[in-house]
Amino acid sequence: MKIVVCIKQVPDTNEVKLDPKTNTLIREGVPSIINPDDKSAITEALMLRDRIGGSVIALTMGPPQADVALREALAMGCDEAVMLSGPEFAGSDTLATSTILAAGAKKIGYDIVLAGRQAIDGDTAQVGPQIAEHLGIPQITYVEDVKVDGDHLIVKRQFEDRYHIIRTSIPCLLTVLSEACAPKYMTVGGIVDAYNKEVKVFGYSDLKEFLDTSQIGLEGSPTNVWRSFTKEAKGAGTVLKEVTADEAVAAIISKLEEKHII
Amino acid sequence: MKPLPLLFQSWKKSISFKKKKVQNVSKDIYVVVEQRDGDIQKVGIELIGAATGLAKELGQKVVGVLMGNGIAGKAEVLIQYGADSVLVADHPLLKEYMTEPYAKALTHIIKTYEPEIVLFGATAVGRDLAPRVSSRIKTGLTADCTGLDIDPETKLLQMTRPAFGGNIMATILCKNHRPQMATVRPGVMPALARDKSRTGDVTNVEIKLDEKDLTVEILDVVKSEKAICDITEAKYLISGGRGIGGPEGFELLRKLAEALGSGADISSSRANVDAGWIAKDRQVGQTGKTVRPNLYMACGISGAIQHLAGMEESECIIAINKNESAPVFGVADLGVVGDVNAIIPKLIDEIARVKETKMVQ
Repeated sequence: MKIVVCIKQVPDTNEVKLDPKTNTLIREGVPSIINPDDKSAITEALMLRDRIGGSVIALTMGPPQADVALREALAMGCDEAVMLSGPEFAGSDTLATSTILAAGAKKIGYDIVLAGRQAIDGDTAQVGPQIAEHLGIPQITYVEDVKVDGDHLIVKRQFEDRYHIIRTSIPCLLTVLSEACAPKYMTVGGIVDAYNKEVKVFGYSDLKEFLDTSQIGLEGSPTNVWRSFTKEAKGAGTVLKEVTADEAVAAIISKLEEKHII
Repeated sequence: MKPLPLLFQSWKKSISFKKKKVQNVSKDIYVVVEQRDGDIQKVGIELIGAATGLAKELGQKVVGVLMGNGIAGKAEVLIQYGADSVLVADHPLLKEYMTEPYAKALTHIIKTYEPEIVLFGATAVGRDLAPRVSSRIKTGLTADCTGLDIDPETKLLQMTRPAFGGNIMATILCKNHRPQMATVRPGVMPALARDKSRTGDVTNVEIKLDEKDLTVEILDVVKSEKAICDITEAKYLISGGRGIGGPEGFELLRKLAEALGSGADISSSRANVDAGWIAKDRQVGQTGKTVRPNLYMACGISGAIQHLAGMEESECIIAINKNESAPVFGVADLGVVGDVNAIIPKLIDEIARVKETKMVQ
């Protein structure tokens, strides 16, 4: 059984701050982490492997720095790590990224593909389903729990107001919620192993039997960012300082009356 | 259909946009309206409202797309809220949401009618279906938009969304592929008022589905036992941050909500959800829900940018915080520097008193 986990290295967006003078993102000093939902996907993959056997392969597309994320995945217990990297891949939107990751999964071979529900830098949740379509396999997104049932999986799929218990054959692709399982920590032995193991790097030439250059990279991406900007702050109203609780209450009451709330 | 995007690709370099526009046969804005157990989801109505504005600028129509089983009777509701016409895909295999039958039905509709734009609610269904379909028809998709506009010159759809945890906004274009597709956050687009006199065409689209399209099997559908809490529906939200001191702080906020009366509910910042003080479905912000109530009262919430992203469109914002440099004051209509636990009990009494006086009058 080959379990491929797609992960992404992301800036820790909780640490991203705006420069109040220039109103631009301060990127220096922002730590890079494995996307939190993807860490849960890794953990879920390891638990599945422990039940059904086989190997877990961590897969990422990114610049050479993403090696750190793959080492961490190895230290968590993944058996192999594969990085898809190359100038042809740069500037890919979600569809082009999914095309490349699907090519990577085909190259590696897969039975189960796992991914986190969404990445905290883009919050799109699109790449998982798009990979599943390229591979022609069923997808189950927003997965809270996975059980093994013979040669099938039984999955708890979350919606806003309900959940579905879904039985799926293998191969399939699941996108996993952070709630699914607490991420497994790296072990000391794992960390030592992580730096002894090889991270395989595949470029365009390694994957070209699965790729069409017109569908990858900046040129092959249907969408592109036209502009980015920081939000204009809404005009601030009155701020009352050094008021007593009674004065504060009076001010709030008059605002509520002005707005016909009471 | 598949060669279309490639064709556009090769035109990109040699032909100006105006010439391409003549060749563009895609038209109209399609809104995929989600129903659950036959109930139309509010975000679909919001999107129809947003689409009418876009359609006017394009000189095109708004088409509602309704998929399910036994749902044809709901089509007129979409027209009353602003759709010009509705396509209904009614099939027993579309009764409960499953990716493949829905993706197949929608792909058929898109390939048959060739819309210019397709919009979805960014819900647990929309965010499953839209990427699957975008990948199948090889077009672009922009997730979780909070703004949609038409460029007056190119007539392209400008899809604006938060990125980097709400720290920046990005406007995305899909220039050469059709349809242009987006999922849109619930609660950000205002719905139009219902007009029961509106009429429009309702067309049944025949969808061929069989057992082979059931690539997975639903063993059970379990509806949440607890009362469904949808803070995006609340008229007034009393929201608590770290400054309320603990889980019991929400009891005080609940009393304030009760004092305001029906339509009032409580919500929370992310910190309190992470601390386990309150359930995740009450979280406002980038990783929670976007709300735009008539009143948003931020109690002991400092207002991290991720939180502001989820509430700054509220009609009236009142903020109470001990720290006068809290960023929440930057978006508040009225800010009070002070202690939540000292102010709110008095406020509850005063609201009750004012309401009583008004009743007597």
